[in-house]
Amino acid sequence: MHELSIAASVVRSVTEAMAVQAPGRRVLAVQLRVGVLSGVVPHALGFAWDVAAAGTTLDGARLDVEQVPVRTSCRVCGEQADLPEPLPVRCPACGGREVDVIGGRELEVATVEVDDEVEMAAEPGANPTGDLADDLAVRAS
Amino acid sequence: MSSTRLIDLRTAVLAKNDDLAAALRADLAGAGAVAVNLLSSPGSGKTALLELLLTRCVERGVPVAALTGDLATENDAKRLARSGAPVRQVVTDGLCHLEADLVRDHLAGWLPEGTRLLMIENVGNLVCPASYDLGESLRVVLASVTEGEDKPVKYPTAYRWADLAVLTKVDLVEPCGFDETVFAEAVRDVNPELPVVRTSARTGEGVEELLARLLALTPDSTAPVHTTGRT
Repeated sequence: MHELSIAASVVRSVTEAMAVQAPGRRVLAVQLRVGVLSGVVPHALGFAWDVAAAGTTLDGARLDVEQVPVRTSCRVCGEQADLPEPLPVRCPACGGREVDVIGGRELEVATVEVDDEVEMAAEPGANPTGDLADDLAVRAS
Repeated sequence: MSSTRLIDLRTAVLAKNDDLAAALRADLAGAGAVAVNLLSSPGSGKTALLELLLTRCVERGVPVAALTGDLATENDAKRLARSGAPVRQVVTDGLCHLEADLVRDHLAGWLPEGTRLLMIENVGNLVCPASYDLGESLRVVLASVTEGEDKPVKYPTAYRWADLAVLTKVDLVEPCGFDETVFAEAVRDVNPELPVVRTSARTGEGVEELLARLLALTPDSTAPVHTTGRT
């Protein structure tokens, strides 16, 4: 269960980027792309999200997770395709195992939705960088 | 007029760890060393196999060192130190995996000069460690005969992004009724190109073959599989 560590990393990346691109704005939603072979479970991530976001500019933000299937590129027939199931890893066109996996390991923040009208008030004792979530992640994992 | 704005970020969540790991790999290479990351579930025989590998390196005068990660206790470092190799324990205080900054901090001021091979024993866990690059040039996933044949398909992330699989405790194949054909098929379903070395720390079977693979690593070896396909 390292999803709290991952959630804390998401909060940190987004708060750092927003400090430059949308300083002081409230974040409404974060869209993540998570590959089915990334080793991260979306459900557990959702569970950890509120804790990781608490006290940051992401507090109350929605987490949308897009699951990315395994995508193969066949070295024999050249077909590129998404696999309906993560396993077995083989070309769905010719059935060959000589494939490169070119998708399915993603773990990235795709987009961030911010509210440009509401400015966040500085809250004393808040957790602007998500360090609190880091602490919690260490203790909870 | 809407006050919401969509910002295209496209940032890898673990970019910081990946960058640190890449820097660590380059630093080690600059010092003439390569790191090997050992991943497995608890009780699969990582420490026993590692103790044997370290002992054989020391006997042969190969400059080797080891970091060993655990949630608690220094027991593994004590076991591994019997080999005579320099060993350092990383106590994670509950964290279920090692991260690149933990490795970097434990190597700083400790890694003996001239070290050629750095063995890193990750926390016993097949899920979380698979997400974190530690700066290794070879990622090894261990499966023990006592765990059953289907470990690779149960933990596909760990097996897909490994460079080498090691089957441990092969002296127990008969008593456990372990079907090696079924295991090989499970490996193929996840990662058809993953080489498998059969070992037994008890009888010594396969240990020389594994050691030869580790000693063949050079700082300019091809990019390890786990550094690919991140975003």
